[in-house]
Amino acid sequence: MGASSSTESNLMASLQRNLSKIVVAPSFAASLFFVYGFIIWTAWMAFSKSRMMPVYDWAGLRQYERLWQMERWHVAIENLLIFGGLFIVICLVLGCLLAVLLDQRIRAEGVLRTVFLYPMALSFIVTGTVWKWILNPGLGLEKMMHDLGWASFKFDWLVNSDFAIYTVVIAAVWQASGFVMAMFLAALRGVDQDIIRAAYMDGASLPRIYFGIIIPSIRPVFLSAIVVLAHLAVKSFDLVIALTGGGPGYSSDLPATFMYTMAFQRNQLGVSAASAMMMLATVMAIIVPYLYSELRGGKKNG
Amino acid sequence: MADLQTYGQDSGLKHTLLRGLLYLVLILFSVYYLFPLFVMVTTSLKSLTEIREGSLISLPRVVTFDAWDYAWNQACVGVECSGIKTFFWNSVKMAIPAVLISTILGALNGYALTKFRFRGANIIFAMLLFGCFVPFQVVLLPMSQTLGRLGIANSTAGLVLVHVVYGLCFTTLFFRNYYVSIPDELVKAATIDGAGFFTIFWRIILPISGPIIVVSVIWQFTQIWNDFLFGASFSSGDSAPMTVALNNIVNTTTGVKQYNVDMASALLTGLPTLLVYILAGKYFVRGLTAGSVKG
Repeated sequence: MGASSSTESNLMASLQRNLSKIVVAPSFAASLFFVYGFIIWTAWMAFSKSRMMPVYDWAGLRQYERLWQMERWHVAIENLLIFGGLFIVICLVLGCLLAVLLDQRIRAEGVLRTVFLYPMALSFIVTGTVWKWILNPGLGLEKMMHDLGWASFKFDWLVNSDFAIYTVVIAAVWQASGFVMAMFLAALRGVDQDIIRAAYMDGASLPRIYFGIIIPSIRPVFLSAIVVLAHLAVKSFDLVIALTGGGPGYSSDLPATFMYTMAFQRNQLGVSAASAMMMLATVMAIIVPYLYSELRGGKKNG
Repeated sequence: MADLQTYGQDSGLKHTLLRGLLYLVLILFSVYYLFPLFVMVTTSLKSLTEIREGSLISLPRVVTFDAWDYAWNQACVGVECSGIKTFFWNSVKMAIPAVLISTILGALNGYALTKFRFRGANIIFAMLLFGCFVPFQVVLLPMSQTLGRLGIANSTAGLVLVHVVYGLCFTTLFFRNYYVSIPDELVKAATIDGAGFFTIFWRIILPISGPIIVVSVIWQFTQIWNDFLFGASFSSGDSAPMTVALNNIVNTTTGVKQYNVDMASALLTGLPTLLVYILAGKYFVRGLTAGSVKG
């Protein structure tokens, strides 16, 4: 009896082990094709002569050379540095500040948290639409200030090619800072109470407790937040399209909008593919070390 | 948590002043965060003349829902002037199947990868996870060609496929991290009793998966509903989702700019996800943090 039932259960077990493989197989195949396959496909296009139609004749690095010779690409890269830098720094400062303020046993904490975080639920297209209206020089904030009696107030960043990219920062910070706050708030709640109590007993003031103990102890959250925000910045597309359309001219272009324009409006498939590969490289440079350290750290803890 | 109340050594007046200042700062910040919503709502309820005469922050003298009605029934998206409603239903038709399919597959994947582990399960999970971080620009060109060859370019079916494929990594991540914390003994005991892979999933795993299903559905719904890149790249005309239609309405250059209609359209586009956020905010936050930070 023992022998037969054990072969049977072996059989069952192996079937079940196979079942789990069979269940995962379609998703795995989809990811092999739609993620890894497509990356190779795009990489290949970036090495081809493709312009209007995809052709797969080898052209070496010609598309990359063309890309880096384009003034518009340099504008996009510069804008990404400005936008990404400001977006990340302001979101971190604002998110951290709001989290610390909310951490003071606030009466209506739930309501305030809801208020700070709701923009995250909205589409960037919706956000862009509203801010476009608010920042409209003729009708929005500028007119409001004029009506309030501040006649010399001028705020035309939206239509000023030197400043248009900063309006994208304003809207993006509004949208994403609440999320950073939520991350920090969760971390603050996890800080060991005993350490804080001990520091307080030693006579440390509240700001010193925050700057000296609490904030350093939630350092990993800073790293996570930076990674998430950097990732968001590189992918930013919708907000620019809705807010400035990349304009005036192409002064507020980001790599994401550049890639889209080349692919779908300018019929420059090769250049577009090359710019997409540059974006992938940027994201990988941020994500891979992060994931590597996270996964290793997880193993150590587990 | 550290707070002034517990640790504040200042008593009396100074304490009251500090608390007052704290609340003042928080209220000022709320004003900043609520301002665009306030502007959207009030502008959508004004008439065009009132918008031109009045100010950004003035309340509507006469509340009118004309702009809402116009946005829903008559606004011009491209050359088609039948309102945003068609596109609203496009988004619904796209989001519901895409959310359901990606969530079901994610649950099965998470379960298979944690409770019936096989050699290489971790590698497969890591490879799936990678998909969450790929900038979608890198898949746009091959995808548009693939959709074309499959004959589902410019269709809701095509968008459903795209959202399922790129949503899978997130849903698998959610369910995998949730199921990892469920004791393996539960599954082992059921296996000894003779229950199979799907019986265990159906009878034991699914009934305790409520919270993570909610997280996955909310995350996927907001992602898919709010998507613009895929919608703009792989759909056109009648098949476009609502975000694309909104952008067309707002960025149309012909005719008189109807700001109230723009704002009403924006609100209509934002309402479904706002509603989800208000009704299930706790799970929304959990989804955000789970999706962005490896759990």
